[in-house]
Amino acid sequence: MTDIAWIELALTAARPQALGALLRYFRDLDTAEEAFQEACLRAIRTWPERGAPRDPTAWLIFVGRNSGIDAVRKRAKNDPLPEEEAFSDLSDAEDDIADRLDNSNYRDDILRLMFICCHPDLPNTQQIALALRIVSGLTVPQIARAFLVSEAAMEQRITRAKARVAKAGVPFETPDAAERATRLGMVSSMIYLVFNEGYSAGVNNPDNAAFCEEAIRLARLLLRIFPGEPEIMGLLALMMLQHSRAGARFDGQSQIILLEDQDRSLWDRKLINEALVLLDKAIRHRQPGPYQVQAAISALHARAATPGETDWAEINQLYGLLERLRPSPVVTLNRAVAVSKLDGPEQALELIAPLAERLDGYFYFHGVRGSFLMQLDRKAEAREAFDRAIALANSPAECAHIRQQIDKLGAVPSPVE
Amino acid sequence: MLYAILCYAHEETVFAWSKEEEAAVMDKLMEVQQPLMQAGKLGPVARLMPTTAATTVRKGKDEPLVIDGPFAETKEALLGFYTVDAETLEEAVAFAKQLSSVNPGSSSYEIRPFHVFHPGAIKT
Repeated sequence: MTDIAWIELALTAARPQALGALLRYFRDLDTAEEAFQEACLRAIRTWPERGAPRDPTAWLIFVGRNSGIDAVRKRAKNDPLPEEEAFSDLSDAEDDIADRLDNSNYRDDILRLMFICCHPDLPNTQQIALALRIVSGLTVPQIARAFLVSEAAMEQRITRAKARVAKAGVPFETPDAAERATRLGMVSSMIYLVFNEGYSAGVNNPDNAAFCEEAIRLARLLLRIFPGEPEIMGLLALMMLQHSRAGARFDGQSQIILLEDQDRSLWDRKLINEALVLLDKAIRHRQPGPYQVQAAISALHARAATPGETDWAEINQLYGLLERLRPSPVVTLNRAVAVSKLDGPEQALELIAPLAERLDGYFYFHGVRGSFLMQLDRKAEAREAFDRAIALANSPAECAHIRQQIDKLGAVPSPVE
Repeated sequence: MLYAILCYAHEETVFAWSKEEEAAVMDKLMEVQQPLMQAGKLGPVARLMPTTAATTVRKGKDEPLVIDGPFAETKEALLGFYTVDAETLEEAVAFAKQLSSVNPGSSSYEIRPFHVFHPGAIKT
Protein backbone atom coordinates (compact mmCIF):
# COMPACT_ATOMS: atom_id res chain seq x y z
CA MET A 1 0.00 0.00 0.00
CA THR A 2 1.44 3.37 -0.96
CA ASP A 3 1.64 6.26 1.44
CA ILE A 4 -1.12 8.15 -0.30
CA ALA A 5 -3.44 5.13 -0.29
CA TRP A 6 -2.78 4.78 3.42
CA ILE A 7 -3.43 8.45 4.09
CA GLU A 8 -6.70 8.24 2.18
CA LEU A 9 -7.80 5.35 4.37
CA ALA A 10 -6.87 7.28 7.50
CA LEU A 11 -8.89 10.26 6.20
CA THR A 12 -11.91 8.05 5.51
CA ALA A 13 -11.65 6.53 8.97
CA ALA A 14 -11.37 9.96 10.63
CA ARG A 15 -14.13 11.55 8.58
CA PRO A 16 -17.27 10.95 10.70
CA GLN A 17 -15.67 12.18 13.91
CA ALA A 18 -13.76 15.09 12.37
CA LEU A 19 -16.61 16.31 10.18
CA GLY A 20 -19.03 15.85 13.09
CA ALA A 21 -16.88 18.09 15.30
CA LEU A 22 -16.50 20.70 12.54
CA LEU A 23 -20.26 20.71 12.06
CA ARG A 24 -20.63 21.45 15.77
CA TYR A 25 -18.18 24.38 15.49
CA PHE A 26 -19.57 25.94 12.35
CA ARG A 27 -23.21 24.84 12.61
CA ASP A 28 -23.35 24.78 8.84
CA LEU A 29 -22.85 21.64 6.77
CA ASP A 30 -21.28 23.32 3.75
CA THR A 31 -18.74 25.27 5.81
CA ALA A 32 -17.89 22.12 7.79
CA GLU A 33 -17.45 20.06 4.61
CA GLU A 34 -15.24 22.70 2.99
CA ALA A 35 -13.13 22.95 6.14
CA PHE A 36 -12.74 19.17 6.30
CA GLN A 37 -11.85 19.04 2.60
CA GLU A 38 -9.20 21.70 3.10
CA ALA A 39 -7.75 19.81 6.09
CA CYS A 40 -7.59 16.64 3.98
CA LEU A 41 -5.74 18.44 1.19
CA ARG A 42 -3.22 19.70 3.71
CA ALA A 43 -2.85 16.23 5.17
CA ILE A 44 -2.05 14.81 1.74
CA ARG A 45 0.50 17.60 1.23
CA THR A 46 2.23 17.44 4.62
CA TRP A 47 1.86 13.90 6.01
CA PRO A 48 4.06 12.08 3.47
CA GLU A 49 6.96 14.38 4.41
CA ARG A 50 6.40 14.86 8.12
CA GLY A 51 4.79 11.55 8.86
CA ALA A 52 1.20 11.06 10.00
CA PRO A 53 0.29 12.73 13.28
CA ARG A 54 -0.20 10.60 16.38
CA ASP A 55 -3.90 11.39 16.32
CA PRO A 56 -5.02 12.04 12.74
CA THR A 57 -8.58 12.92 13.75
CA ALA A 58 -7.52 15.60 16.22
CA TRP A 59 -5.13 17.01 13.60
CA LEU A 60 -7.90 17.20 10.99
CA ILE A 61 -10.31 18.87 13.40
CA PHE A 62 -7.68 21.40 14.43
CA VAL A 63 -6.54 22.23 10.91
CA GLY A 64 -10.09 22.12 9.58
CA ARG A 65 -11.34 24.45 12.25
CA ASN A 66 -8.60 26.99 11.55
CA SER A 67 -9.10 26.87 7.82
CA GLY A 68 -12.85 27.14 8.30
CA ILE A 69 -12.46 30.19 10.52
CA ASP A 70 -10.11 31.68 7.95
CA ALA A 71 -12.57 31.00 5.18
CA VAL A 72 -15.35 32.66 7.12
CA ARG A 73 -13.11 35.66 7.86
CA LYS A 74 -11.83 35.78 4.32
CA ARG A 75 -15.33 36.02 3.02
CA ALA A 76 -15.72 39.06 5.27
CA LYS A 77 -12.35 40.72 4.91
CA ASN A 78 -10.38 39.10 2.10
CA ASP A 79 -7.48 38.45 4.46
CA PRO A 80 -4.71 36.21 3.13
CA LEU A 81 -4.63 32.65 4.48
CA PRO A 82 -1.84 31.97 7.00
CA GLU A 83 0.78 29.37 6.14
CA GLU A 84 -0.29 25.89 7.17
CA GLU A 85 3.04 25.43 8.95
CA ALA A 86 1.76 27.92 11.48
CA PHE A 87 -0.64 25.38 12.87
CA SER A 88 0.27 21.99 11.45
CA ASP A 89 2.85 21.45 14.17
CA LEU A 90 1.60 18.53 16.19
CA SER A 91 2.89 19.19 19.65
CA ASP A 92 0.92 21.50 21.92
CA ALA A 93 -1.96 22.33 19.66
CA GLU A 94 -2.86 18.67 19.29
CA ASP A 95 -2.88 18.00 23.02
CA ASP A 96 -5.13 20.97 23.47
CA ILE A 97 -7.62 19.76 20.92
CA ALA A 98 -7.42 16.17 22.12
CA ASP A 99 -8.42 17.33 25.58
CA ARG A 100 -11.54 18.87 24.18
CA LEU A 101 -12.58 15.69 22.44
CA ASP A 102 -14.25 14.39 25.53
CA ASN A 103 -16.34 11.33 24.93
CA SER A 104 -19.78 12.81 25.26
CA ASN A 105 -18.98 15.41 22.63
CA TYR A 106 -17.54 13.16 20.00
CA ARG A 107 -20.24 10.56 20.46
CA ASP A 108 -22.95 13.08 19.86
CA ASP A 109 -20.97 14.67 17.01
CA ILE A 110 -20.88 11.41 15.07
CA LEU A 111 -24.45 10.58 15.93
CA ARG A 112 -25.60 14.05 14.81
CA LEU A 113 -23.77 13.73 11.52
CA MET A 114 -25.52 10.43 10.86
CA PHE A 115 -28.81 11.66 12.22
CA ILE A 116 -29.14 14.64 9.88
CA CYS A 117 -29.13 12.16 6.97
CA CYS A 118 -32.24 10.45 8.38
CA HIS A 119 -34.64 13.34 8.08
CA PRO A 120 -38.11 11.78 7.89
CA ASP A 121 -39.08 14.02 4.95
CA LEU A 122 -36.32 12.47 2.85
CA PRO A 123 -37.24 9.39 0.83
CA ASN A 124 -35.11 6.30 1.55
CA THR A 125 -32.93 6.61 -1.53
CA GLN A 126 -32.09 10.21 -0.62
CA GLN A 127 -31.22 9.24 2.95
CA ILE A 128 -28.86 6.61 1.60
CA ALA A 129 -27.27 8.97 -0.93
CA LEU A 130 -26.84 11.70 1.67
CA ALA A 131 -25.28 9.34 4.22
CA LEU A 132 -22.84 7.97 1.67
CA ARG A 133 -21.88 11.48 0.63
CA ILE A 134 -21.67 13.12 4.07
CA VAL A 135 -20.77 10.34 6.51
CA SER A 136 -18.83 7.98 4.27
CA GLY A 137 -17.37 10.64 2.02
CA LEU A 138 -18.04 8.85 -1.26
CA THR A 139 -17.85 11.09 -4.31
CA VAL A 140 -20.95 12.03 -6.28
CA PRO A 141 -19.80 10.00 -9.34
CA GLN A 142 -19.31 6.93 -7.11
CA ILE A 143 -22.82 7.26 -5.69
CA ALA A 144 -24.32 8.01 -9.11
CA ARG A 145 -22.75 4.82 -10.53
CA ALA A 146 -24.20 2.79 -7.70
CA PHE A 147 -27.70 4.17 -8.25
CA LEU A 148 -27.36 3.92 -12.04
CA VAL A 149 -28.19 7.58 -12.59
CA SER A 150 -26.21 10.38 -14.20
CA GLU A 151 -23.76 12.39 -12.11
CA ALA A 152 -25.76 15.53 -12.75
CA ALA A 153 -28.94 13.89 -11.52
CA MET A 154 -27.21 12.60 -8.37
CA GLU A 155 -25.59 15.97 -7.72
CA GLN A 156 -29.00 17.58 -7.93
CA ARG A 157 -30.55 14.94 -5.68
CA ILE A 158 -27.91 15.42 -3.00
CA THR A 159 -28.04 19.20 -3.20
CA ARG A 160 -31.81 19.08 -2.76
CA ALA A 161 -31.54 16.68 0.15
CA LYS A 162 -28.96 18.94 1.82
CA ALA A 163 -31.16 21.99 1.35
CA ARG A 164 -34.02 20.11 2.95
CA VAL A 165 -31.85 19.11 5.90
CA ALA A 166 -30.57 22.68 6.33
CA LYS A 167 -34.10 24.06 6.22
CA ALA A 168 -35.21 21.60 8.89
CA GLY A 169 -32.47 22.90 11.17
CA VAL A 170 -29.71 20.70 12.51
CA PRO A 171 -30.30 19.86 16.17
CA PHE A 172 -27.25 21.14 18.04
CA GLU A 173 -28.37 20.88 21.63
CA THR A 174 -26.86 17.92 23.45
CA PRO A 175 -29.57 15.26 23.31
CA ASP A 176 -31.06 13.83 26.49
CA ALA A 177 -31.26 10.06 26.95
CA ALA A 178 -34.66 9.72 25.27
CA GLU A 179 -33.68 11.89 22.30
CA ARG A 180 -30.41 10.00 21.95
CA ALA A 181 -32.31 6.70 21.88
CA THR A 182 -34.62 8.06 19.16
CA ARG A 183 -31.64 9.21 17.11
CA LEU A 184 -29.92 5.86 17.55
CA GLY A 185 -33.02 4.10 16.30
CA MET A 186 -33.31 6.29 13.21
CA VAL A 187 -29.60 6.08 12.45
CA SER A 188 -29.76 2.30 12.80
CA SER A 189 -32.54 2.11 10.19
CA MET A 190 -30.58 4.41 7.89
CA ILE A 191 -27.50 2.17 8.16
CA TYR A 192 -29.65 -0.87 7.43
CA LEU A 193 -31.05 0.92 4.37
CA VAL A 194 -27.50 1.44 3.11
CA PHE A 195 -26.83 -2.24 3.69
CA ASN A 196 -29.95 -3.38 1.89
CA GLU A 197 -29.22 -1.14 -1.06
CA GLY A 198 -26.01 -3.12 -1.49
CA TYR A 199 -27.50 -6.49 -0.55
CA SER A 200 -30.35 -6.32 -3.05
CA ALA A 201 -28.02 -5.16 -5.82
CA GLY A 202 -26.28 -8.51 -5.69
CA VAL A 203 -23.45 -9.08 -8.12
CA ASN A 204 -24.74 -7.03 -11.00
CA ASN A 205 -23.52 -3.74 -9.65
CA PRO A 206 -20.25 -4.02 -7.71
CA ASP A 207 -20.27 -0.29 -6.84
CA ASN A 208 -23.50 -0.89 -5.09
CA ALA A 209 -22.47 -4.16 -3.44
CA ALA A 210 -19.67 -2.30 -1.62
CA PHE A 211 -22.43 -0.57 0.37
CA CYS A 212 -22.77 -3.72 2.49
CA GLU A 213 -19.25 -3.33 3.77
CA GLU A 214 -19.71 0.39 4.26
CA ALA A 215 -22.86 -0.20 6.34
CA ILE A 216 -20.99 -2.74 8.47
CA ARG A 217 -18.20 -0.21 8.98
CA LEU A 218 -20.69 2.47 10.06
CA ALA A 219 -22.42 0.10 12.48
CA ARG A 220 -19.06 -0.89 14.00
CA LEU A 221 -18.32 2.80 14.44
CA LEU A 222 -21.69 3.37 16.09
CA LEU A 223 -21.20 0.41 18.43
CA ARG A 224 -17.73 1.60 19.36
CA ILE A 225 -19.18 4.88 20.61
CA PHE A 226 -22.26 3.23 22.18
CA PRO A 227 -20.74 -0.08 23.30
CA GLY A 228 -23.60 -1.14 25.58
CA GLU A 229 -26.50 -0.90 23.09
CA PRO A 230 -27.88 -4.39 22.40
CA GLU A 231 -29.85 -3.31 19.33
CA ILE A 232 -26.72 -1.94 17.65
CA MET A 233 -25.00 -5.24 18.45
CA GLY A 234 -28.03 -6.92 16.87
CA LEU A 235 -27.92 -4.72 13.78
CA LEU A 236 -24.20 -5.30 13.28
CA ALA A 237 -24.58 -9.05 13.84
CA LEU A 238 -27.52 -9.21 11.42
CA MET A 239 -25.63 -7.43 8.65
CA MET A 240 -22.49 -9.51 9.17
CA LEU A 241 -24.48 -12.76 9.05
CA GLN A 242 -26.24 -11.71 5.85
CA HIS A 243 -23.00 -10.49 4.31
CA SER A 244 -21.18 -13.70 5.30
CA ARG A 245 -23.14 -15.41 2.51
CA ALA A 246 -22.08 -12.91 -0.18
CA GLY A 247 -19.79 -15.43 -1.87
CA ALA A 248 -22.50 -18.09 -2.02
CA ARG A 249 -25.64 -16.18 -2.98
CA PHE A 250 -25.11 -16.15 -6.75
CA ASP A 251 -23.82 -18.63 -9.28
CA GLY A 252 -21.39 -17.95 -12.12
CA GLN A 253 -24.23 -16.58 -14.25
CA SER A 254 -25.32 -14.11 -11.53
CA GLN A 255 -28.37 -16.25 -10.78
CA ILE A 256 -29.75 -16.30 -7.24
CA ILE A 257 -28.93 -19.39 -5.18
CA LEU A 258 -31.44 -19.92 -2.36
CA LEU A 259 -30.18 -20.31 1.20
CA GLU A 260 -30.91 -24.04 1.28
CA ASP A 261 -29.01 -24.61 -1.98
CA GLN A 262 -25.94 -22.54 -1.09
CA ASP A 263 -22.50 -24.07 -0.69
CA ARG A 264 -22.03 -23.43 3.02
CA SER A 265 -18.26 -23.80 2.80
CA LEU A 266 -18.31 -20.47 0.92
CA TRP A 267 -19.83 -18.65 3.89
CA ASP A 268 -17.37 -16.30 5.59
CA ARG A 269 -16.70 -17.98 8.95
CA LYS A 270 -14.81 -14.99 10.34
CA LEU A 271 -17.83 -12.74 9.89
CA ILE A 272 -20.14 -15.42 11.29
CA ASN A 273 -18.00 -15.95 14.40
CA GLU A 274 -17.81 -12.26 15.15
CA ALA A 275 -21.57 -11.95 14.66
CA LEU A 276 -22.28 -14.87 17.01
CA VAL A 277 -20.14 -13.22 19.70
CA LEU A 278 -22.02 -9.95 19.28
CA LEU A 279 -25.33 -11.73 19.51
CA ASP A 280 -24.26 -13.47 22.73
CA LYS A 281 -23.23 -10.08 24.11
CA ALA A 282 -26.57 -8.57 23.12
CA ILE A 283 -28.63 -11.37 24.66
CA ARG A 284 -26.96 -10.81 28.05
CA HIS A 285 -28.74 -7.44 28.20
CA ARG A 286 -32.18 -9.11 28.12
CA GLN A 287 -33.70 -6.29 26.07
CA PRO A 288 -34.82 -8.05 22.91
CA GLY A 289 -35.39 -5.85 19.88
CA PRO A 290 -36.15 -6.41 16.20
CA TYR A 291 -32.52 -6.39 15.03
CA GLN A 292 -31.46 -8.86 17.71
CA VAL A 293 -34.30 -11.21 16.86
CA GLN A 294 -33.58 -11.03 13.12
CA ALA A 295 -29.90 -11.64 13.84
CA ALA A 296 -30.82 -14.61 16.04
CA ILE A 297 -32.86 -16.08 13.19
CA SER A 298 -30.00 -15.54 10.76
CA ALA A 299 -27.61 -17.11 13.29
CA LEU A 300 -29.69 -20.31 13.38
CA HIS A 301 -29.10 -20.67 9.64
CA ALA A 302 -25.40 -19.89 10.11
CA ARG A 303 -25.10 -22.53 12.83
CA ALA A 304 -26.70 -25.28 10.74
CA ALA A 305 -23.98 -27.26 8.97
CA THR A 306 -26.54 -28.51 6.45
CA PRO A 307 -30.02 -27.20 5.55
CA GLY A 308 -31.49 -30.35 7.13
CA GLU A 309 -30.06 -29.38 10.52
CA THR A 310 -31.81 -25.99 10.57
CA ASP A 311 -33.77 -25.46 13.78
CA TRP A 312 -37.07 -24.42 12.15
CA ALA A 313 -39.01 -24.68 15.42
CA GLU A 314 -36.77 -22.06 17.02
CA ILE A 315 -36.95 -19.91 13.87
CA ASN A 316 -40.75 -20.12 14.00
CA GLN A 317 -40.70 -18.99 17.64
CA LEU A 318 -38.35 -16.11 16.91
CA TYR A 319 -40.54 -14.90 14.03
CA GLY A 320 -43.43 -15.12 16.45
CA LEU A 321 -41.51 -12.85 18.82
CA LEU A 322 -40.72 -10.50 15.95
CA GLU A 323 -44.42 -10.38 15.04
CA ARG A 324 -45.10 -9.13 18.57
CA LEU A 325 -42.20 -6.66 18.62
CA ARG A 326 -42.81 -5.25 15.17
CA PRO A 327 -46.02 -6.57 13.66
CA SER A 328 -45.84 -6.68 9.88
CA PRO A 329 -47.32 -8.92 7.19
CA VAL A 330 -43.78 -9.42 5.83
CA VAL A 331 -42.71 -10.98 9.14
CA THR A 332 -45.69 -13.32 9.02
CA LEU A 333 -44.74 -14.22 5.45
CA ASN A 334 -41.26 -15.14 6.66
CA ARG A 335 -42.70 -17.17 9.51
CA ALA A 336 -44.77 -19.06 6.96
CA VAL A 337 -41.55 -20.44 5.45
CA ALA A 338 -40.65 -21.90 8.86
CA VAL A 339 -44.20 -23.23 9.23
CA SER A 340 -43.97 -24.92 5.82
CA LYS A 341 -40.83 -26.76 6.99
CA LEU A 342 -42.40 -27.73 10.31
CA ASP A 343 -46.04 -28.46 9.43
CA GLY A 344 -46.08 -28.54 5.65
CA PRO A 345 -47.03 -26.15 2.83
CA GLU A 346 -50.76 -26.42 3.45
CA GLN A 347 -50.51 -24.84 6.91
CA ALA A 348 -48.15 -22.23 5.52
CA LEU A 349 -50.62 -21.28 2.79
CA GLU A 350 -53.34 -20.95 5.38
CA LEU A 351 -51.13 -18.62 7.42
CA ILE A 352 -50.45 -16.27 4.50
CA ALA A 353 -53.96 -16.29 3.01
CA PRO A 354 -55.06 -13.28 5.10
CA LEU A 355 -52.01 -11.31 3.87
CA ALA A 356 -52.97 -11.51 0.19
CA GLU A 357 -54.53 -8.09 0.00
CA ARG A 358 -51.80 -6.18 1.87
CA LEU A 359 -48.90 -7.94 0.14
CA ASP A 360 -50.42 -8.07 -3.33
CA GLY A 361 -47.75 -5.70 -4.69
CA TYR A 362 -44.87 -7.55 -3.02
CA PHE A 363 -42.53 -9.73 -5.08
CA TYR A 364 -41.65 -12.17 -2.29
CA PHE A 365 -45.27 -12.81 -1.37
CA HIS A 366 -46.06 -14.24 -4.79
CA GLY A 367 -42.72 -16.02 -5.03
CA VAL A 368 -43.14 -17.73 -1.65
CA ARG A 369 -46.82 -18.50 -2.28
CA GLY A 370 -45.90 -19.99 -5.65
CA SER A 371 -43.34 -22.28 -4.05
CA PHE A 372 -45.88 -23.51 -1.46
CA LEU A 373 -48.38 -24.23 -4.23
CA MET A 374 -45.69 -25.99 -6.23
CA GLN A 375 -44.89 -28.24 -3.25
CA LEU A 376 -48.60 -29.14 -3.13
CA ASP A 377 -48.51 -29.87 -6.85
CA ARG A 378 -51.14 -27.20 -7.51
CA LYS A 379 -49.36 -26.32 -10.73
CA ALA A 380 -51.78 -23.93 -12.39
CA GLU A 381 -52.10 -21.79 -9.26
CA ALA A 382 -48.35 -21.91 -8.74
CA ARG A 383 -47.83 -20.74 -12.32
CA GLU A 384 -50.21 -17.85 -11.75
CA ALA A 385 -48.37 -16.80 -8.56
CA PHE A 386 -44.98 -17.00 -10.27
CA ASP A 387 -46.21 -14.91 -13.20
CA ARG A 388 -47.36 -12.28 -10.76
CA ALA A 389 -43.94 -12.40 -9.01
CA ILE A 390 -42.09 -11.88 -12.30
CA ALA A 391 -44.19 -8.82 -12.99
CA LEU A 392 -43.08 -7.42 -9.61
CA ALA A 393 -39.41 -8.49 -9.69
CA ASN A 394 -36.91 -5.83 -8.63
CA SER A 395 -33.92 -7.14 -10.53
CA PRO A 396 -33.06 -9.38 -13.48
CA ALA A 397 -31.69 -11.94 -10.99
CA GLU A 398 -35.05 -12.14 -9.18
CA CYS A 399 -36.80 -12.48 -12.50
CA ALA A 400 -34.48 -15.28 -13.63
CA HIS A 401 -34.92 -17.09 -10.33
CA ILE A 402 -38.69 -17.23 -10.71
CA ARG A 403 -38.31 -18.38 -14.33
CA GLN A 404 -36.30 -21.34 -13.02
CA GLN A 405 -39.13 -22.17 -10.65
CA ILE A 406 -41.55 -22.06 -13.56
CA ASP A 407 -39.28 -24.40 -15.50
CA LYS A 408 -39.40 -26.83 -12.58
CA LEU A 409 -43.20 -26.80 -12.78
CA GLY A 410 -42.90 -28.35 -16.21
CA ALA A 411 -45.90 -28.37 -18.51
CA VAL A 412 -48.87 -26.69 -16.95
CA PRO A 413 -52.30 -26.93 -18.48
CA SER A 414 -53.20 -23.42 -19.67
CA PRO A 415 -55.63 -21.76 -17.36
CA VAL A 416 -59.17 -21.76 -18.64
CA GLU A 417 -59.83 -18.40 -20.22
CA MET B 1 13.26 -16.39 26.04
CA LEU B 2 9.63 -16.45 24.97
CA TYR B 3 8.26 -13.13 23.79
CA ALA B 4 4.76 -12.03 23.03
CA ILE B 5 4.74 -9.34 20.38
CA LEU B 6 1.59 -7.30 20.74
CA CYS B 7 0.41 -5.32 17.73
CA TYR B 8 -1.45 -2.07 18.39
CA ALA B 9 -3.29 -0.09 15.73
CA HIS B 10 -5.94 2.51 15.00
CA GLU B 11 -8.92 0.25 14.75
CA GLU B 12 -11.04 2.55 12.59
CA THR B 13 -8.39 2.68 9.91
CA VAL B 14 -7.68 -1.03 9.87
CA PHE B 15 -11.36 -1.86 9.61
CA ALA B 16 -11.70 0.57 6.70
CA TRP B 17 -9.47 -1.76 4.66
CA SER B 18 -11.08 -3.43 1.72
CA LYS B 19 -10.81 -7.20 1.39
CA GLU B 20 -8.05 -6.77 -1.22
CA GLU B 21 -6.03 -4.39 0.94
CA GLU B 22 -6.37 -6.72 3.91
CA ALA B 23 -5.27 -9.71 1.84
CA ALA B 24 -2.22 -7.84 0.50
CA VAL B 25 -1.07 -6.96 4.04
CA MET B 26 -1.68 -10.51 5.29
CA ASP B 27 0.41 -11.96 2.45
CA LYS B 28 3.35 -9.75 3.36
CA LEU B 29 2.99 -10.58 7.05
CA MET B 30 3.04 -14.29 6.23
CA GLU B 31 6.28 -13.81 4.31
CA VAL B 32 7.91 -12.12 7.28
CA GLN B 33 6.87 -14.99 9.57
CA GLN B 34 8.16 -17.76 7.31
CA PRO B 35 11.83 -17.80 8.47
CA LEU B 36 10.86 -18.03 12.16
CA MET B 37 8.25 -20.61 11.34
CA GLN B 38 10.82 -22.77 9.53
CA ALA B 39 13.29 -22.35 12.39
CA GLY B 40 10.60 -23.66 14.76
CA LYS B 41 10.63 -20.43 16.74
CA LEU B 42 7.10 -19.21 16.12
CA GLY B 43 4.30 -20.05 18.55
CA PRO B 44 0.58 -19.30 18.20
CA VAL B 45 -0.28 -16.12 16.29
CA ALA B 46 -3.69 -14.49 16.81
CA ARG B 47 -5.67 -11.74 15.21
CA LEU B 48 -8.13 -10.24 17.69
CA MET B 49 -11.68 -9.48 16.63
CA PRO B 50 -12.65 -5.78 16.83
CA THR B 51 -13.02 -4.25 20.30
CA THR B 52 -16.78 -4.12 19.65
CA ALA B 53 -16.73 -7.90 20.13
CA ALA B 54 -14.95 -7.56 23.49
CA THR B 55 -16.41 -7.97 26.96
CA THR B 56 -14.60 -6.96 30.13
CA VAL B 57 -15.03 -8.42 33.59
CA ARG B 58 -14.09 -5.84 36.20
CA LYS B 59 -13.78 -6.03 39.95
CA GLY B 60 -16.98 -4.70 41.44
CA LYS B 61 -18.01 -3.92 45.01
CA ASP B 62 -19.74 -7.23 45.58
CA GLU B 63 -19.40 -9.36 42.51
CA PRO B 64 -17.47 -8.75 39.31
CA LEU B 65 -19.09 -6.43 36.76
CA VAL B 66 -19.46 -7.48 33.15
CA ILE B 67 -18.94 -4.55 30.83
CA ASP B 68 -19.30 -4.31 27.05
CA GLY B 69 -16.17 -3.31 25.24
CA PRO B 70 -12.43 -3.40 25.87
CA PHE B 71 -10.73 -2.87 29.22
CA ALA B 72 -9.57 0.64 28.35
CA GLU B 73 -10.95 2.93 25.70
CA THR B 74 -7.92 4.13 23.85
CA LYS B 75 -7.15 5.59 20.46
CA GLU B 76 -5.08 2.52 19.74
CA ALA B 77 -6.37 -0.98 20.32
CA LEU B 78 -4.65 -4.31 20.62
CA LEU B 79 -5.08 -5.86 17.20
CA GLY B 80 -3.32 -9.19 17.57
CA PHE B 81 -0.22 -10.90 18.84
CA TYR B 82 2.62 -13.23 17.92
CA THR B 83 4.49 -15.54 20.22
CA VAL B 84 8.12 -16.22 19.40
CA ASP B 85 11.05 -18.02 20.95
CA ALA B 86 13.92 -15.56 20.45
CA GLU B 87 17.53 -15.97 21.59
CA THR B 88 17.87 -12.30 22.37
CA LEU B 89 15.69 -9.24 22.67
CA GLU B 90 17.48 -7.97 19.56
CA GLU B 91 16.08 -10.85 17.58
CA ALA B 92 12.55 -10.11 18.79
CA VAL B 93 12.99 -6.42 18.01
CA ALA B 94 14.24 -7.24 14.51
CA PHE B 95 11.16 -9.41 13.89
CA ALA B 96 8.82 -6.69 15.16
CA LYS B 97 10.53 -4.18 12.89
CA GLN B 98 9.94 -6.42 9.89
CA LEU B 99 6.28 -6.85 10.84
CA SER B 100 5.95 -3.11 11.26
CA SER B 101 7.46 -2.34 7.87
CA VAL B 102 4.92 -4.46 5.98
CA ASN B 103 1.84 -3.54 8.02
CA PRO B 104 0.75 0.04 7.35
CA GLY B 105 -2.10 -0.40 9.84
CA SER B 106 0.05 -1.02 12.87
CA SER B 107 1.19 1.86 15.01
CA SER B 108 3.30 -0.02 17.55
CA TYR B 109 4.49 -3.47 18.56
CA GLU B 110 4.95 -4.11 22.25
CA ILE B 111 7.46 -6.85 23.04
CA ARG B 112 6.68 -8.65 26.30
CA PRO B 113 8.49 -11.71 27.55
CA PHE B 114 6.18 -14.37 28.96
CA HIS B 115 6.13 -17.68 30.83
CA VAL B 116 4.00 -20.58 29.69
CA PHE B 117 1.52 -21.64 32.39
CA HIS B 118 0.64 -24.72 30.37
CA PRO B 119 0.28 -25.36 26.67
CA GLY B 120 -3.52 -25.57 26.78
CA ALA B 121 -5.73 -28.03 24.96
CA ILE B 122 -7.31 -26.06 22.11
CA LYS B 123 -6.82 -27.62 18.72
CA THR B 124 -6.17 -24.87 16.18
